[in-house]
Amino acid sequence: MAEPPTANMGPTGDGVRRARRRDCLVVSLAVGLIGVTFGVFAEAAGFDLPRILVMSALVFTGASQFAAVGVIDDGGTGGAAVGSALLLATRNALYGPVVRKMLPDPVLPRLAAAHLVIDETAAMAVAQPDRRAGWDAFWFTGVTLWICWNLGSLAGAALGAVLSTPETWGLDAAFPAIFVALLATHVRTPAGLVAAVLAAAVALGAVPFTAAGVPILLAVSAVIPALYVRRRWPGASGNLLDGEDSLGGEGGGRP
Amino acid sequence: MIVLAAGSYGLKALGVSTLGAVVERRLGALVSLLPAVLFSALIAVMTFETAGVLVIDARVVGVGVGALAVWRRAPLLVVVIAAMSVTAALRLFT
Repeated sequence: MAEPPTANMGPTGDGVRRARRRDCLVVSLAVGLIGVTFGVFAEAAGFDLPRILVMSALVFTGASQFAAVGVIDDGGTGGAAVGSALLLATRNALYGPVVRKMLPDPVLPRLAAAHLVIDETAAMAVAQPDRRAGWDAFWFTGVTLWICWNLGSLAGAALGAVLSTPETWGLDAAFPAIFVALLATHVRTPAGLVAAVLAAAVALGAVPFTAAGVPILLAVSAVIPALYVRRRWPGASGNLLDGEDSLGGEGGGRP
Repeated sequence: MIVLAAGSYGLKALGVSTLGAVVERRLGALVSLLPAVLFSALIAVMTFETAGVLVIDARVVGVGVGALAVWRRAPLLVVVIAAMSVTAALRLFT
């Protein structure tokens, strides 16, 4: 729930900033580990090192990268891969209005900062008591996370090249397990749960009849009944940023 | 790859532009459901599909153990290691 900025958080002292940046760094390092798994995954799917690195540096939105590589790994076309990746990336457009007022005004820094708008930076920024602290958390998480994500991807790609037979090591089970972890925060609402169950059913039903990559795109149709469920049983506020209850309250007051 | 990079940057920039608020008002509910849909579909296909056919093999058990770890709120590294080691062990002994 929306907590008013509390008195003891008011002055942005060095200690407060250090604690804040330490939290941001923990997030970045954890994402760096996910970057390692991404590198291994992309390598196993047949991506070469330059492509993995360019993707992590420029696309820089983990879930979309996993989705794109996942579709390619299943033998899907480039179009299906880009399609499902961009659908996931639309989420980042929704973080814009939330973090917009924290970003610097000049155009160039703003455009640079836009590249860093992802799940983690938005979550860390909005968790702060005021705009200045929010901007500090945003850019510090963004920059360190970008570095960790790319170093992780590099390490993972190198590691993946060493594990010559991914199946022997059970890597093909690791990737869906990672997606289970990514999914967990999105099925806490009735609508999210319905969306997930129906999407899995549609995708599995389509596998025998369609080309690789297509089942994932067809599964998007599951949002329609899920939207109905959301309207019927609103339940908890649609938490875009996982588990950050304060965000729901904050979002309500947006102009 | 270029399309993907340009597209994902474009979406981020769109969000921080003034248009972002409009997008959110109109499509917010739909977009917030997309991760649930896409992740779930990917999990299903990656767990049961091999070369265009649905199969049940060691991978399914491994992913199940991984999901159990997620449910118990284990860190991601534990989830991954659990899924991998169960699958690899099953393959080794069957």
